Amino acid sequence: MITCLADVLRPNVGKATVALLEHFGATVHFPEQQTCCGQPFFNSGVEKQTQQLAKHTIEVFADGRPVVTPSGSCAAMIRAEYPHVFSSSSPWHTRATELAGRTFELAEFLVHQLGVTKVDAQYDGTITYHPACHLRALQADNAVEQLLDQIKGTQCIPLRKSDQCCGFGGSFSVRYPEISGAMVIDKVSCIEETQADTVISTDTGCLMNIEGCLHRNNSKTQTMHFAELLATGLNLI
Amino acid sequence: MTTDYKKQPHHEFLSASQEALGKASLQIALSRLTDTLAAGNRSAFSALPDSDLLREKARSIKDHTLASLDTYLEQLSDSVISKGGQVHWAKDAQDVRNIILDIAQKKQVQRIVKSKSMTTEEIHLNDALENANLEVIETDFGEYILQLAKERPSHLVAPAVHKTREEIADLLESELKIPVTPEPEAMAKLARNQLRKQFQKADMGITGVNFAVAETGTIVLVSNEGNARLTATIPRIHVAVMGIEKVIPALKDLPVFIKLLARAATGQKISVYTSLVTGPRRTEEHVGPQEFHLVIMDNGRTDILGSPMRESLFCIRCGACLNACPIYRNVGGHAYGGTYSGPIGAVLTPLYDNLEDHHHLPHASSLCGSCQAACPVKIAIPELLVRLRASLNRQKLTPFVERLIYQTWAHTMVRPGLYRLASSFAGWLMRLGASGNWLTKMPGPIKGWTQTRDFRTPPKQSFRNWWKKQKNIRF
Repeated sequence: MITCLADVLRPNVGKATVALLEHFGATVHFPEQQTCCGQPFFNSGVEKQTQQLAKHTIEVFADGRPVVTPSGSCAAMIRAEYPHVFSSSSPWHTRATELAGRTFELAEFLVHQLGVTKVDAQYDGTITYHPACHLRALQADNAVEQLLDQIKGTQCIPLRKSDQCCGFGGSFSVRYPEISGAMVIDKVSCIEETQADTVISTDTGCLMNIEGCLHRNNSKTQTMHFAELLATGLNLI
Repeated sequence: MTTDYKKQPHHEFLSASQEALGKASLQIALSRLTDTLAAGNRSAFSALPDSDLLREKARSIKDHTLASLDTYLEQLSDSVISKGGQVHWAKDAQDVRNIILDIAQKKQVQRIVKSKSMTTEEIHLNDALENANLEVIETDFGEYILQLAKERPSHLVAPAVHKTREEIADLLESELKIPVTPEPEAMAKLARNQLRKQFQKADMGITGVNFAVAETGTIVLVSNEGNARLTATIPRIHVAVMGIEKVIPALKDLPVFIKLLARAATGQKISVYTSLVTGPRRTEEHVGPQEFHLVIMDNGRTDILGSPMRESLFCIRCGACLNACPIYRNVGGHAYGGTYSGPIGAVLTPLYDNLEDHHHLPHASSLCGSCQAACPVKIAIPELLVRLRASLNRQKLTPFVERLIYQTWAHTMVRPGLYRLASSFAGWLMRLGASGNWLTKMPGPIKGWTQTRDFRTPPKQSFRNWWKKQKNIRF
């Protein structure tokens, strides 16, 4: 599941995801009818529309295969929320729970499902890692950091206040732009403190928010999705 | 200031939050807060063995108690009465105010000292007491400052956090006509001297209740300054005000909360004073109040009890969620427009007051979950906020245009052909309006984005177009 944001705004994330999964031995199917997991609707409390999107997504991914997505938010939406979007007596609830049981964020899929422990990747440069809020909520250990540690030539500089939200929050960033702006400015100043070449994250939403502010500041720091970094380091893209 | 909270002029969150963001002294004061209290919470919990289990235990005690709340409240009442206290049941804010005014009148009370109680703030008690010509002195240092400044608390635990020490020193000097340096110790010493004599002169002491133990009729008062203990013991009458959700079944249930409360609030292992008060002085005792009154207040809580928002009643008022929240950190407590602020305030204020007037509060959150992570009883605040957002939609309190946008957007998203068309068109439009690959100005409802950020335009080829192309080559 490539995610609507990656599909439209950052297709390289999708290409990197496909390349990584194939490299580690998986056969990748991309059901072309997929659109959006429905999280923006869920977060805004529009229940009917959330159900519409959830039903569509459940139908699209009904073939029983594991669903892998380069996004902590989308994985969290399906795993944590899909079962609750339908009343427990509805057959959709059963289908939602079934889908939730086989949906994974990309890094956790590589580490925990494909059993990837060693990666022979090389990427020269300094990076800093911003853990997305939904990713933190989703998993106890950090599969992303495990994989980042493996990349040779990369120096990872700890990000101060790393667990503070970047201020995206979907519609929050346009409903309360001043507050969201203050939050992204704070995040970016912590990033600039590290003087890293690149800031890495797992969510396209965070990346577009952070890079928008970095660009406004004429910063030399680039943004990269974790999938893009790993795929580049493995010479896959 | 009006005495009826519901008649307060509508509070405008948007302008209040914008004003707060621009206020330099507030920003300094708030950043000092996060550095200390939030960091304290994190290090205290990571140092506490089995902290996760303790939090689960606390949750389960709250859950169990709420499931039999009527039984425990009755038991509490019986226990308090058996220990020589008096119990008053109050349906709402007005009831509480009337009960206390009644006691004051019957017992010829003229001077009252209070320890910090958000419950009494919730019901605007001080206004009612002062309107009845009673002298009220707040004895918590932060509340004392606010009383001098004629302001309301902006934090659950550190009520004057919105003021820098320089502002506080200026205030103390101008109100008390005594010079003082802006050093915490000097200012605290001055306040202590002023307040010490007030306890002796007071006829009545009013406290809140951190926990009320049904088994023994004990109320627990937690403070760092010891003012709660003095308020509860020196004046001849002690009145304790509690929301119904403060009751816990037995003394054996108390330690887990005491272990969690101070750690969550400030990072301390335990607050400086933890007082267990059971009834008035006994006949053979020489200290303690002659009368103990417990006022048990509903004020909207039973409505919450039977609703999907029930979990909000687990709150032990530690303030950890405020300290963790980036929104609170940026706008401070007053912007929320209610007695309770921060994440829990964004949930409680629409519930205790009304959703329509506070329609911003459920949305003014990025749902990052830092509040839930900091909460000693793991309240799923983001989930509760989303439920309130859903209520706004169900009650048609969301603007029509917004509801239309979501309907149209969803309609597009479940039709893959339409989605492809719409996203291609949007991309084309954005590239048209951009210089290079970046948009520096966005139109209409989304213009807020470009106040502080640029927006990278969508590339010409989407992922699915790339996939279709390379699939033909590969297969």
